[in-house]
Amino acid sequence: MRITVRIKRFDPEVDKKPRWEEHELDVDPNERVLDVLHMIKWERSGSLAFRRSCAHGICGSDAMLINGQNRLACKVLVKDLGDRITVEPLPGLPVLKDLIVDMEPFFDSYRSVLPYFINDDPPPATERLQSPEERERFDETTKCILCAACTTSCPVFWTNGRYVGPAAIVNAHRFIFDSRDQAAAERLAILNGVNGLWRCRTAYNCTEACPRGIPVTQAIEEVKRELLYRRA
Amino acid sequence: MSDFHRFDVIVVGAGGAGLMAARYAAQHPGVSVAVISKLYPTRSHTGAAQGGVGAALGNVSEDHPEWHAFDTVKGGDYLTDQDVAEVFAYEVIEAVYELEHMGLPFSRLPNGKIAQRKFGGHTRDHGKAAVERACYAADRTGHMILQTLYQQSIKQDVRFFNEFHVLDLIIEGGACRGVVAYELATGTLHTFLAKAVIIATGGNGRMFKVTSNAHALTGDLISIAFQRGIPIEDPEFYQFHPTGLYKLGVLLTEGARGEGGILRNALGERFMERYAPTIKDLAPRDLVSRAMYLEIREGRGAGPNKDYIHLDLTHLDPQVIEERLPDITEFARIYLGVDPVKELVPIQPTAHYAMGGIPTTIDTNVILDGNNTVLPGLYAAGEVACVSLHGANRLGTNSLGDLLVFGRRAGRNAAAFAAQAEFGTLPKDVKDRAREMIDRVMNGPRKERVSQLRGELQSSMMDNASVFRTHETLSAQVAKIAELEQRYRDVGVEDKGKVYNTELIEALELGFLLDNAKLLVHAALNRTESRGAHSREDYKERDDVNWLKHTLVHKDEGGIRIDYKPVTLGRYEPKPRVY
Repeated sequence: MRITVRIKRFDPEVDKKPRWEEHELDVDPNERVLDVLHMIKWERSGSLAFRRSCAHGICGSDAMLINGQNRLACKVLVKDLGDRITVEPLPGLPVLKDLIVDMEPFFDSYRSVLPYFINDDPPPATERLQSPEERERFDETTKCILCAACTTSCPVFWTNGRYVGPAAIVNAHRFIFDSRDQAAAERLAILNGVNGLWRCRTAYNCTEACPRGIPVTQAIEEVKRELLYRRA
Repeated sequence: MSDFHRFDVIVVGAGGAGLMAARYAAQHPGVSVAVISKLYPTRSHTGAAQGGVGAALGNVSEDHPEWHAFDTVKGGDYLTDQDVAEVFAYEVIEAVYELEHMGLPFSRLPNGKIAQRKFGGHTRDHGKAAVERACYAADRTGHMILQTLYQQSIKQDVRFFNEFHVLDLIIEGGACRGVVAYELATGTLHTFLAKAVIIATGGNGRMFKVTSNAHALTGDLISIAFQRGIPIEDPEFYQFHPTGLYKLGVLLTEGARGEGGILRNALGERFMERYAPTIKDLAPRDLVSRAMYLEIREGRGAGPNKDYIHLDLTHLDPQVIEERLPDITEFARIYLGVDPVKELVPIQPTAHYAMGGIPTTIDTNVILDGNNTVLPGLYAAGEVACVSLHGANRLGTNSLGDLLVFGRRAGRNAAAFAAQAEFGTLPKDVKDRAREMIDRVMNGPRKERVSQLRGELQSSMMDNASVFRTHETLSAQVAKIAELEQRYRDVGVEDKGKVYNTELIEALELGFLLDNAKLLVHAALNRTESRGAHSREDYKERDDVNWLKHTLVHKDEGGIRIDYKPVTLGRYEPKPRVY
């Protein structure tokens, strides 16, 4: 099928401000948007810059704004978008070049919530036991691939870049509800801070943006409830 | 940022092997560690591993490390070094428990222990029946390993250089002294002086058209090591995974067959019964991929062009599919529009894993020849290395086990070495070679297009050097690669900038891929037998008299020189491989 692709481009070495570039091309409707970007890069605009690696929705490199929604370019097919496709960098993070944004603010927030297992008891000789039900409690939030689609879709994050954001809360949730972990109180205290989870206004953008199908808003609400009831 | 850095231990690559190595190196008191990766953290392809990590925990049924070692050796068609397989089978148990102690969220059994399932080639008591050995976290075990290890590296405050592309190894005075890396964000070349360097950069599957490998897997460090005088071991042994999504190559885990999935040809026959009567669909990958090719060749392929096979999960409990195989179910739904709960999934073998690589000792020291002469200060682990655990064919789950066990060994050994070593001096022209490499592409004539050459390489490798090979196809491929190398001199780039010049990177990666393909094809042409994943139609039998030995491909003035390294045998006598 014949499609028109508009890409928001910015080369800091040349451009003063972003510019739009348009391409018309014939593609198989089953192609991924990533395939389309590759066609453009490989055959027309060699300088087009974007991140990608696994190309099937696991590595989290190629989150971008596609037809107004944050998605992974490798996980959305042309046939699901129609014949006009608009591609922009993720909103809310500084653009470094074309579709590449500065991920450091995002990872700073992630690192701030102690996103690692904490249990200072000496481990047993084999595994720590955990029932399938206990394991299920935090299953959804283990799926996060740190692509930033959720955080950069959040209107609160757009206006306050210091808000810790949905991805960091999701990763805190993954440990707070892990029966083996011992640092839930510390993480909750961090999230109770001024730029913590109370900034969330339950817009649900994050849930809609998540390419892994994580019920992000629900996870945030669960952490809020945990914070309330633990303190009560 | 200064363009000169000094660390006791430098790890190149931030996948499972690299992060494991960094973790254990950083535990050595007083040793400074940095990780350099051309990707952002957690983008590495370990995250795409699905089915599990094999370890004889015996949580579901009786199992022993000795059985695991035997399966690994037999799976490797007796090219596996048996001392390595034995150490591995014991240490992978420790490594799995350690991961659990780091918080890795394994799926669980009702009694609270780590869940385990069946996988190809893993058997009870030396081949009697399939055994549940794969420890899994749904079908995203690799994702969980990568996330857990990255989380630990945050906890340990490991230093990362993200999106730094290593372009050269510094080897001076007979020792490795560091690396030179290109910073993607600025176009700056950086020098990293180190006492020990650990190479953990993964595979090179992008030399094939249909592959499960990420775009980033271009064998950069294989090429760089080779150009710096390090031989490459057993590059002819390249694994095709049976169940890649048709045309796309996206991996569908062998765990799908471990849970009861069946391969069917166009007639609906469970054809693996004919090729592996005992364990059928759970035969090792080389056997299954060959059986699929034969079914297609004999006209029993499915689809309008009779060129694929079906993976049938429709008889499984839908709950098992959704709970234990959620990701691959989604892949089939999204990319092929097929629902595995109700429909057959079109699949074909997909280029998946390099058994060969940079040769190392059992302690992960990189070696220079068949006498195990060590290159001081250089270590390698994971898919990029050849220790040789996998021999001629890797068993499913043993890649994750490999990167855990040997990543850990590399981290410990490199740190212990660095702790008692002094920093060497660097040559004056340390960046010259990397700079030349960049300048050649930046100033190239652009008469040839990188994507065109890469496409021709990938298609021709698929046609001439994949599951079945002959003297004729391999000779044709030797000529094709020589032609592509010639044409590669005429590539260039439109992007002359310094910031995120990904066009330059792709051009450099093509150069690395060409070296990887050349190594594979020359070694495959040279080995006149069939063993494991290397299947010669003109030499159909395994030939232990002449070929029970590892290939070492060296760079030579005339191009390539091949010699050999003995296989370390042990308690398992080479026998015909039946399943």
